[in-house]
Amino acid sequence: MEFVLQNFINAMQWGSFYALIALGYSMVYSILMLFNFTHGDIFMTGAYIGFGAATVLLFLTASVGISVPGWLLLILTILISMMLTSLLGIIVERVGYRPLRDAPRASAAITGLMIGIILETGNLAVLGARRFSFPSLIETVTYNIGGVYFTNKKILIVGVSLFLMLLLHAFIRKSRWGMAMRAMSYDYQVVPLMGVSLNMIAPMTFAIGSALAAAAGILYGMAYPVLDPYMGVLLGWKSFVAAILGGRGSILGAALAGFLLGFIEIFTAMIFPSTLRDLIAYTIILLILTFRPYGFFGQPYTTQLRL
Amino acid sequence: MQMVVENLKVSYGNIKALHGLDFGIEKGEIVCIIGANGAGKSTTLKAISRLVPVEANSIMVFDGHDLNAYPPDRVVSELGISHVPEGRRLFGNLTVIENLKLAAFARKDRAAVQDDMEKVFSIFPRLRERGKQMSGTLSGGEQQMLAVGRAFVSGRRMMLLDEPSMGLAPILMLSMFEALKEINREETTILLVEQNARLALNFAGRGYVIENGRIVLEGNSPDLLRNEEVKKAYLGG
Repeated sequence: MEFVLQNFINAMQWGSFYALIALGYSMVYSILMLFNFTHGDIFMTGAYIGFGAATVLLFLTASVGISVPGWLLLILTILISMMLTSLLGIIVERVGYRPLRDAPRASAAITGLMIGIILETGNLAVLGARRFSFPSLIETVTYNIGGVYFTNKKILIVGVSLFLMLLLHAFIRKSRWGMAMRAMSYDYQVVPLMGVSLNMIAPMTFAIGSALAAAAGILYGMAYPVLDPYMGVLLGWKSFVAAILGGRGSILGAALAGFLLGFIEIFTAMIFPSTLRDLIAYTIILLILTFRPYGFFGQPYTTQLRL
Repeated sequence: MQMVVENLKVSYGNIKALHGLDFGIEKGEIVCIIGANGAGKSTTLKAISRLVPVEANSIMVFDGHDLNAYPPDRVVSELGISHVPEGRRLFGNLTVIENLKLAAFARKDRAAVQDDMEKVFSIFPRLRERGKQMSGTLSGGEQQMLAVGRAFVSGRRMMLLDEPSMGLAPILMLSMFEALKEINREETTILLVEQNARLALNFAGRGYVIENGRIVLEGNSPDLLRNEEVKKAYLGG
């Protein structure tokens, strides 16, 4: 029993990363019908920006000689990285995708992959091959409740993730920008006829998705402090799988499938040797998609009316 | 002339849809374009809304502005030309009120938006009752009301209507056209395309008959209604 609970907590943490990243894929898909294959590397860049921000903040507070509580530094780090990374998302949309809006989707996908490679190798070129370790901004405290061990960081990671998801939900449901996004996801061709420019909504969507990926990057850095230019590749692809599993364009689906993916992976590793983990976990997902090819909340392919 | 269109040419790939249309609309007029399926009626409206690219030397001027210099969203938000597309194209996942709010998204004159919403509700009281309902669950007639109401809120100097009678029962058609007359009295110029020529000509002051991407006939509605060719081709003998 403790063993299962232990893994439940691990799965929630692991699933948080997938869910936060998957949301970015889903949001962009829902309004532009394209998958932003740069997204995994935006996550990586977010983690590095967070690393940079934390390092600078630590240096500044140390040199000025004031002591700032770790949680405050962490919040600042997350906010700074979310802001700067959302800027990166806006640039990716502007430079990479907007010129290709009417081009075949394959061109946009290839462009996305190329920008991703540029971010990875650019990082390598600028920072070199050495790996950085994410500074520990808060002390790790381990709790033991009835034989189940968990740290304050795990609680924090899951808590911050869920909080950001609820924030996103409220934004999409209640704000006028969220309303425009919902409209765009329903029928993006008619949106300009309402006097609303796609060039306002699209960058906004990239910005939000990138900010969530940045948050995921920092939370990931808290749990697994070693940063690597290619850290976003596998995690990005797996989160993309979560976005598909949730249903293309479904926000709720992406979040749930992200956590489900975490659970499938962790519990597969609980039963089978960890070298078989991904093989078995993704065979299970393949089977699910065989029976539900459009995912949990996605719509079957429909022939949309064209203007 | 509020709108002047000269030599309007549109092609879809190698297929020429419009071969050079010339027409003009005075402020406050109701003008209709009638013609058979595929004659180029919808394409004309889409060209004005900048949804389809036009060929070189196509002239479209509205209130002194060259439409070709405007992207589709600014045709609506800055010039005030709204477009009720064929098939209504409501946002079915948004409520009635949200559909109207989205139409006002880009408008800066907040107070006037509120007035225009009220006008929509006074013209179509049903929409007020349905305010919180998802627009996808409305009846066909209510959906058409919302499509027109949405256009009115988005930009009201000129309204382009693509087959507003389509799919409506005859009694609903008549009340819809009554409502459009009321909107016209609010100083909104109306350009309408219709397959139902009799209905359109009874509603509009003037009409253009379009065939295979060319204007073949134009005139005041009473004259067109009496015209033998129009009678034979569009009014059922």
